[in-house]
Amino acid sequence: MKLAYWMYAGPAHIGTLRIASSFKNVHAIMHAPLGDDYFNVMRSMLERERDFTPVTASIVDRNVLARGSQEKVVDNIVRKDKEETPDLIVLTPTCTSSILQEDLENFVSRAQLESRCDVLLADVNHYRVNELQASDRTLEQIVKFYLNQARKQETLAAGKTEKPSVNIIGTSTLGFHNQHDCIELQRLMGDLGIEVNEVIPEGALVTNLKNLPRAWFNLVPYREVGLMAANYLKEEFGTPYVDITPMGVVETARCIRKIQDCLNEQGANVDYEAYINNQTLYVSQAAWFSRSIDCQNLTGKKAVVFGDNTHAAAMTKILAREMGIHVVLAGTYCKYDGDWFKEQVSEYCDEVLISEDNGEIGDAIARIEPAAIFGTQMERHVGKRLNIPCGVIAAPIHIQNFPIGYKPFLGYEGTNQIADLVYNSFTLGMEDHLLEIFGGHDTKEVIHKGISADSDLSWTKEAQGELKKIPGFVRGKVKRNTEKFARDRNLNEITIEVMYAAKEAVGA
Amino acid sequence: MTVAQETTALKFECETGNYHTFCPISCVAWLYQKIEDSFFLVIGTKTCGYFLQNAMGVMIFAEPRYAMAELEEGDIAAKLNDYDELKRLCLQIKRDRNPSVIVWIGTCTTEIIKMDLEGLAPKLEAEIGIPIVVARANGLDYAFTQGEDTVLAAMAVRCPTGAQVKEEDQGDRNSIQKLLNFGRKKEEVKQEDSEYVEHPPLVLFGSLPDPVVTNLTLELKKQGVKVSGWLPAKRYTELPVIEEGNYVCGVNPFLSRTATTLMRRRKCKLIGAPFPIGPDGTRAWLEKICSVFGIEPGGLAEREAQIWENLEDYLQLIRGKSVFFMGDNLLEISLARFLVRCGMTVPEIGIPYMDKRYQKAELELLEKTCNEMGVALPKIVEKPDNYNQIQRIKELQPDLVITGMAHANPLEARGISTKWSVEFTFAQIHGFTNSRDILELVTRPLRRNNSLKGLGWEKLVKEEAKV
Repeated sequence: MKLAYWMYAGPAHIGTLRIASSFKNVHAIMHAPLGDDYFNVMRSMLERERDFTPVTASIVDRNVLARGSQEKVVDNIVRKDKEETPDLIVLTPTCTSSILQEDLENFVSRAQLESRCDVLLADVNHYRVNELQASDRTLEQIVKFYLNQARKQETLAAGKTEKPSVNIIGTSTLGFHNQHDCIELQRLMGDLGIEVNEVIPEGALVTNLKNLPRAWFNLVPYREVGLMAANYLKEEFGTPYVDITPMGVVETARCIRKIQDCLNEQGANVDYEAYINNQTLYVSQAAWFSRSIDCQNLTGKKAVVFGDNTHAAAMTKILAREMGIHVVLAGTYCKYDGDWFKEQVSEYCDEVLISEDNGEIGDAIARIEPAAIFGTQMERHVGKRLNIPCGVIAAPIHIQNFPIGYKPFLGYEGTNQIADLVYNSFTLGMEDHLLEIFGGHDTKEVIHKGISADSDLSWTKEAQGELKKIPGFVRGKVKRNTEKFARDRNLNEITIEVMYAAKEAVGA
Repeated sequence: MTVAQETTALKFECETGNYHTFCPISCVAWLYQKIEDSFFLVIGTKTCGYFLQNAMGVMIFAEPRYAMAELEEGDIAAKLNDYDELKRLCLQIKRDRNPSVIVWIGTCTTEIIKMDLEGLAPKLEAEIGIPIVVARANGLDYAFTQGEDTVLAAMAVRCPTGAQVKEEDQGDRNSIQKLLNFGRKKEEVKQEDSEYVEHPPLVLFGSLPDPVVTNLTLELKKQGVKVSGWLPAKRYTELPVIEEGNYVCGVNPFLSRTATTLMRRRKCKLIGAPFPIGPDGTRAWLEKICSVFGIEPGGLAEREAQIWENLEDYLQLIRGKSVFFMGDNLLEISLARFLVRCGMTVPEIGIPYMDKRYQKAELELLEKTCNEMGVALPKIVEKPDNYNQIQRIKELQPDLVITGMAHANPLEARGISTKWSVEFTFAQIHGFTNSRDILELVTRPLRRNNSLKGLGWEKLVKEEAKV
């Protein structure tokens, strides 16, 4: 047992559901007790989804515990097949159902006989993998399933596309700025004259997966999701993949050069150097920003970075290599892939921290006292307590990290967004200097002009006590309204009863 | 076909139970705030932890007095000893937080692997010297607010008897009374006691924010009824004295187990009343309590009328409109009854679980209200099926759907106004004073509609997507 207050990566089934509900016309059925379907709440709230999340639960209750699911799971699959006519139903075990050890595989094969759609059992172990690993695995599983099916039915797309083309693998629902990143990557491919063959899983149809082998190469922008599928495609079809995250100016260039190599090996004969040069110098503002006076003021300032592998590693490199910021500590919660992280960031920071314990990161931040933090929502909160600004760069995230405006982290527009994020996170350089010179902010007491400032009314002890219980941010309003109410009625003492009467009268 | 067939009794149905609600472990989010010296330890998996972290949103950041005892593979396979593991964690909690009680929340996983929490607790309690209360608030058996019910039922057993209290120094007991007496001398207190009518002790049960507790206590005081304690109190050390033959009354509709425990194990008498939600409910609740004690209630009719008058601006917005409850928190019957009185029609009340005995008075009031307002009796659907409900919503096109967050945005995108049901469990909705707050919630989507009227973008999905 482990005492835990907070976790960075969710349970395995969340990963499976993220993949399943990213595809179009795929339905997931969770084998789960009542209340485990909060994935729908997360998706509906965070992504502000207009459509119903295609996830339902086949409820595990007391009866199931006593007698087994029997026909229930099969019935639910068949019913969903009729109601929604999906292409695929993914039966998703949860931590609860996995210890029941029912033969879900058997339910799936029975349901397959009666339903028109395909039925799959997500193959993840809840006690061994987390959300990110499970999503990687589920994506591979679905890709494998449809390619095998196509092979059997002899519908597998043969040969490569005429022009160079790419599959973008790994953008999914509830991923950090994934939708914006996806648009930015498609633009980048357009600029490079590369056709986008398929984007999976976000917005893809499983019936199109048979086209995956037609691409010249696969692009896997995130370390956490998509590598397994890309590896599978490489083994089966020899499709090479590029797994350099195009985040930051230097890494974007590196990614494009790798793509260039990939294509030239297949005889495309492309040269992207002029494009990279033009983008770096004149289109992206980030290179210029790092030369500007603003950024000079950031030189040597201390920062702490923490997040998932992709974003924490890329951010560390950007801060250290492109902005001259001193990254004291870089960390990741992707413990299962910690070696990769160490290898990526070791030369760009003083310390590396690989941990899933938010207390450990909080303590490290308190010890280091950086000028800014780049982390998850948890680190943002640590920053608030320690009065250190924080830019959010990775999940777990809140609704404010699903902006409506266009805010990619990848590609050349991404470099601009990151420059803004970094610059706004540090206290503005000039302001900082002035504060030091003039000894801090003006601290004179704010003069109150509210009605309550010179109150002639007396509050009884009880009423004062009651007032104190009202949350701070509305207390002033309640006090003013109550006093106004009392004054209007010529009462000069405020009791609890007066408070309630005021509330009833004016809704204070 | 018979037109507008007059139904004379409430209709009850039961569907498949495929509906969305919160897991009952969510009760820790409000109970740890209510019981200030408690620590809630949820013994479960990452799934439970992720739920609390996400569903309870920012609260997790406020250094909560709750945590997960996250089970690992070794715990499931019984390679590790449950007792030793729990002891290690509880000692750590004792060292870091020193609470007066640790509440263990059993989950689906502890049920399935049959971890004997009730058996382990007394042993560990004796060993570490902190009371351990066990509540099995799991998704196999319960929905959302029923979690509080399981915790309070477990606490009810821990309430002291008068004899036990005399043994200890009377100290800090009966916080309500203390609050009302506020440091006055004994003689004054005695004099004040004469404001009350002589009646057997009354203990109220249900967790409410402190201002609401004070408010309801004062409402009863006006009628001469003395509240000798609340279950739960502000602190675990202040749990009320409960004696055989005491009277108890619930303030929330989801507390059936607590009521049963108080009756069967503590030999209390339950006052079955409608719940003090809305001015009509509050009045009926007060009247029922008074009638049990043979008190003639005074001034309630005027008070209720006054409240209704103050609500008029909101009532104008909702009169004649229809509301559909998808059902997820068990407050549905009381809210529907209040909204019918406000002039709304209710085609369907979904509810996770319907205890017809505990909610008897509330159901009767609902029926009576419908008859008096001349509207059709609603269909009460226990264990609803969300998919079927959405088909019915499409057909009925209600003016408002009260539903969980999973369905709210998709329904809004299809031009159906919604109110997020969970807000009713966190807002202050009890008593005369808070009636306005309920309507503030109910009318919010309708007021929004009025502000955005005429923009012509109510339906924001391209083709009618399959549900």
